Amino acid sequence: MIALSDYLLLGALLFAIAVAGIFLNRKNVIILLMCIEIMLLAVNTNFIAFAHYFNNLSGQIFVFFILTVAAAEAAIGLAILVVLFRNRHTINVDDLDMLKG
Amino acid sequence: MGFEKLLFYIFAAVTLFAASMVITRRNPVLSALYLVMAFVSSAALWLLLEAEFLGIVLILVYVGAVMVLFLFVVMMLNIDVATLRARFIHYLPLGLIVAGIMVFDMFLVLGPADFGLDQFAKPQSQPADYNNTAALGQILYTTYLYQFEIAAVILLVAIVAAIRLTLRHRPETKYQDPSNQVRVRKGSDRVRLITMPAEPVPPSLTATLGATHTEMTE
Repeated sequence: MIALSDYLLLGALLFAIAVAGIFLNRKNVIILLMCIEIMLLAVNTNFIAFAHYFNNLSGQIFVFFILTVAAAEAAIGLAILVVLFRNRHTINVDDLDMLKG
Repeated sequence: MGFEKLLFYIFAAVTLFAASMVITRRNPVLSALYLVMAFVSSAALWLLLEAEFLGIVLILVYVGAVMVLFLFVVMMLNIDVATLRARFIHYLPLGLIVAGIMVFDMFLVLGPADFGLDQFAKPQSQPADYNNTAALGQILYTTYLYQFEIAAVILLVAIVAAIRLTLRHRPETKYQDPSNQVRVRKGSDRVRLITMPAEPVPPSLTATLGATHTEMTE
């Protein structure tokens, strides 16, 4: 029998891999966006596991909305990336210092 | 039940392997393809959790649309991978330490002691005629109707924003302006009459013209 904790630990491992990926690839914006997608996947897995073990469909509804927002976020993020590359000819995070923050 | 557990471990292992490949590959195209692999095996895990509709949506929307968009952008941009990976190893220990601490914390909180089978028993499987999509639609269009509409507006805003961001007007491109075409007035805008003296015909042209004229008469 698969316990709820198995799914939760799988989500935790996925999330940790994504965090390590953000540390590792902190210069490449595309890989950073992919790491955010992995994080959202881990969170969605947790939601669906809880929805199944609590026998409550609201968790699946929440995943539905997270997928919607994640798709919008990916579309806008990639559009910003394309404009950035068109103007600066690089996507290296270190070169993007126009804001002088 | 043993077969289900075997499936869980296989798909979980594939998901974790694909996720770790995503963050370590040198080529962003390979990362995107491994991310597709992670999504597909996660969809199988969601099917094990009886979330059939969301499993299919994950494959259709994520693998079919979002990851294709990622691949499209990765291949459209001409990325110099070498400089992006220059200090790759430099951040590896820090990342591993943070990830390790995070996993340890979550294991303490979410481990089998608190969320095991004793606390949350495996629920009864749904009957064979249970329709996950119908149940989800029932609750989505009644209880969560406003949230559903807000999600639709968010998608619309995302479409408008993405198009507006990437739209550019090139001055060298020639295009018609229909509103200007419609606004043309009948008299002065269409035909312009100019008063000018008659041009004298050059002698060479007169000779050719005279020759053709004589040929035609013969």
